[in-house]
Amino acid sequence: MSGTETRPDRGQSRERGHGPGVGRDLGVGHSAPRPDGTLKVTGEFAYSSDLYLADMVWGATLRGPHPSARIRSVDVGPALAMPGVLAALTCEDVPGELFYGLDRRDQPVLAADRVRYQGEPVAIVAADHPERARRAAAAIVVDYEVTEAVTDPRRAAFDPSCPAVHDGGNVVRHQPVRVGGDFTAPVVVTGEYEVGMQDQAFLGPESGLAVPAEDGGVDLFVATQWLHVDRDQIAPCLGLPPELVRLTLAGVGGAFGAREDLSMQVHACMLALRTGRPVKMVYGRQESFFGHVHRHPARMRYEHGADLDGRLRYVRAEILLDGGAYCSSTPAVVGNAASLGVGPYEVPNVWIDAYGVYTNNPPCGAMRGFGAVQACFAYESQMDRLAEACGLSPVEVRVRNAVSQGSRLATGQVIDSPAPLAGMLRELAAMPLPPEPSRTAGPVAVPPPAGPARAAAATSVPDPAGVRAPGAAATPDLLDLPGGVAQTTHGEGVRRGVGYGVGIKNICFSEGFDDHSTARVRVELLGGEPHVLVRTAAAEVGQGLVTVQEQIARTELGVERVTVAQADTTVGSAGSTSASRQSYVTGGAVRAACRAVRERLAVLRANGETLAETLERAGAVEETRVYRHRPTFPMDPVTGQGDSHAQLALCVHRAVVDVDVELGLVKVVELAAVQDVGRVLNPLALEGQIHGGSAQGLGLALMEEVQVVDGRVLNPSFTDYLIPTILDMPPMRVSVLANPDPHAPYGLRGAGEPPTLSSTPAVAAAVRAATGLRLPRVPIRPHDIAMDGSRYGNWAGDRSL
Amino acid sequence: MNGETDITGADGVPDPVTADLRLSVNGVPRPVTVDTRETLLDTLREHLGLTGAKKGCDHGQCGACTVLVDGRRALSCLTLTVTADDVEIVTVEGLADGDALHPLQAAFIENDALQCGYCTPGQLCSAAGALAEAADGWPSAVTPDLSAPPRLDETEIRERMSGNLCRCGAYPGIVAAVGQVAR
Ligand code: FES
Ligand code: FES
Repeated sequence: MSGTETRPDRGQSRERGHGPGVGRDLGVGHSAPRPDGTLKVTGEFAYSSDLYLADMVWGATLRGPHPSARIRSVDVGPALAMPGVLAALTCEDVPGELFYGLDRRDQPVLAADRVRYQGEPVAIVAADHPERARRAAAAIVVDYEVTEAVTDPRRAAFDPSCPAVHDGGNVVRHQPVRVGGDFTAPVVVTGEYEVGMQDQAFLGPESGLAVPAEDGGVDLFVATQWLHVDRDQIAPCLGLPPELVRLTLAGVGGAFGAREDLSMQVHACMLALRTGRPVKMVYGRQESFFGHVHRHPARMRYEHGADLDGRLRYVRAEILLDGGAYCSSTPAVVGNAASLGVGPYEVPNVWIDAYGVYTNNPPCGAMRGFGAVQACFAYESQMDRLAEACGLSPVEVRVRNAVSQGSRLATGQVIDSPAPLAGMLRELAAMPLPPEPSRTAGPVAVPPPAGPARAAAATSVPDPAGVRAPGAAATPDLLDLPGGVAQTTHGEGVRRGVGYGVGIKNICFSEGFDDHSTARVRVELLGGEPHVLVRTAAAEVGQGLVTVQEQIARTELGVERVTVAQADTTVGSAGSTSASRQSYVTGGAVRAACRAVRERLAVLRANGETLAETLERAGAVEETRVYRHRPTFPMDPVTGQGDSHAQLALCVHRAVVDVDVELGLVKVVELAAVQDVGRVLNPLALEGQIHGGSAQGLGLALMEEVQVVDGRVLNPSFTDYLIPTILDMPPMRVSVLANPDPHAPYGLRGAGEPPTLSSTPAVAAAVRAATGLRLPRVPIRPHDIAMDGSRYGNWAGDRSL
Repeated sequence: MNGETDITGADGVPDPVTADLRLSVNGVPRPVTVDTRETLLDTLREHLGLTGAKKGCDHGQCGACTVLVDGRRALSCLTLTVTADDVEIVTVEGLADGDALHPLQAAFIENDALQCGYCTPGQLCSAAGALAEAADGWPSAVTPDLSAPPRLDETEIRERMSGNLCRCGAYPGIVAAVGQVAR
């Protein structure tokens, strides 16, 4: 598309425009087509919501309406009395462990004596029709005694008189980082920042099909991110040994972190085991907003001290993350926020306190960027304030403090692979800017009436697509203004702004987690030709891992025909599809298994034999390998020191926005990004990841927030929770660097998350540049712009100099 | 229910009123008997085994359920099946011509206009509808010249495809794919 310029891997031409074809190299480094592409465009790809068995029945969930309440009684009688209802189960019916959870087993399968957030599951039913199941769930009578809800995370963390959401107190994790001791500087900027609660909003809601098996176990077909850890949570709750709980990945309609925790898994299995029938559960969109964890909202206080030339002397920060009612992955999110809390900058003195707390707000856990997103918004906002206080450009202040290979993070960890941040920023800044619209120069003429006459006016506005010829007049096309057809002005209040954002993300699981993946690779003759079957438990959620697995097998084994089997638990764990880790870890496992196969084949192969002849003579060759990335280490609980991360990845964004400062409307005109991915495995798929991550960061900057008041969600629908549309997503310029990480397979660096970090602060900075407002909170809402009393005030350096 | 109610069954829930319909889906006659309250999306997915159209919201907010009704885009989650009698319905399963992909389908693959693919059936039907609308001279809110046939440039494509959400953010690929076919 015009306005987009992608240069994967420097000088290697992009392959968009060349369809898949015979004879093309479809190995590592090439834009091999997705193996599931044809199924997905023909509608044949089976998502979890599409599964069907002739005798299946439908499950539904009754959810508590209160953020905090005691349960006095639950009466499922009215549900059971309804025709077509096969089962109505409560916590009394849970066959095994009553609790599950990723980090702490603190989440009840079904609420027992109390509910801790709005929408917590209390009972489940199975019926012969989804509508009957829904009505039956609604007929269950629950007697609640509403109790005080803890909804202020600051109070939850620091007020001893605050009720405890769980026994043991409300602080889930407090992680300090302490470096140096000199917290004085000639330039000091301080700020308080807030990040709202973002939802992953995958398009395919939670769903799955549980099938009771003759051996007393259950087969679950489900859309998830991590089959083995699902199983390891489900089986104890069902009172079954893990081998009787078999999971197969069903088609996944997006994930972005929201499928890392369980949703309907245990419930569907319980209903299937109770009824002896296959049970399908599918959440609706509204239920989905209550059915999965969200991104932690954050409140952050930052103080940056620097020399007059902008070089950082210290950073002090308090990062408070609201984990909501259950633990989920809050401890790891806190670890990321703390360890990456100063960003990719060299800072000799650091004092960070990061907290994750329990409240009676919706539970929060994994979302793309995972703790690094929140801190990134704050430290990047601070870098802009520092730039202003020191009279530097936003790019220059970042370049002066940028990490590079050999730099130390705040945790003491040395960056031991390329980290060319300064060069990335310079390249980004040198990219051409989109044409300046004439309207920003000042007041504009009244546009002509709508209708055909408007065509003349339209031609006067430079169009980024170059479709309309530039003219002489300075009359804007209203449709090019922020708000598009919703514009009610003539563009008098439209201002342009440019902003920059930098992000650093850890790749793979951190802090000593035994992070590994398993791959089984089989080479055999199929139809007389060599064929490779790759089997892992790694969840393809849309990111293109299936393609990468095929490419690795082709490259390692020189065999063109490769099939990646549907992921299931018949092979060892692949770990989670999160932390941008699957290409690295499962890719590493597939490569290792392929190389083992190759070694076996080399031994078996007689002189002059073709691969097909060897396979014909010796039979199939199969090898299974486990791959681990290098070990990581816990953060010291007092100082935060430790080599906690396996890999670090950088992305930088520039955003150009037009803001109607009177209406509060923002149009992102262009996003530009530079990302170092170590090694490009698939240029086309990589580009998609950068676009997608950037779009979600744009959403957080401008529109996406689960609005929670007194513990209640106000906007559980796509009418009120807005995600970027094709109109909101601007053309992108993307430049990809490939400086290999010597520790990683093929030198690759995880790519899916970093763009999600840096696009948010870039867009926010651009809106600030256009408006002159402080805008310390994302998403930036129209009223934050249009009704800000300090409009056009100078927000620079509180205590500078 | 409050007793109005020859349609109230024993469980207090109205008994369904059904209708016999002669649906035509992807060129094939599909006679069905449906509950008159049922949406076309549910009929396609649950009765006709056509699960290509997706339920992303069931409330007309996401576009994942988009199908073509007599060649025009329709949100099947907001369409009662009883209104689809005697019309020609095309779903994503009906876009290809046998084994030959529809040019839009091929362009989506070529331009990597999908990741998870959940929005894709709706995007494809929507794009097919948009191409047809433009070919028939329908202007959009951004058509500059109402007296000339609309040209599907990037601005037009974005405007016309704006009812189809893609959470994976494959929008640049979608714009490219639709643009490639529109040329
Ligand atoms: S399912 Fe019909 S618009 Fe979302
Ligand atoms: S490809 Fe996932 S929602 Fe569009």
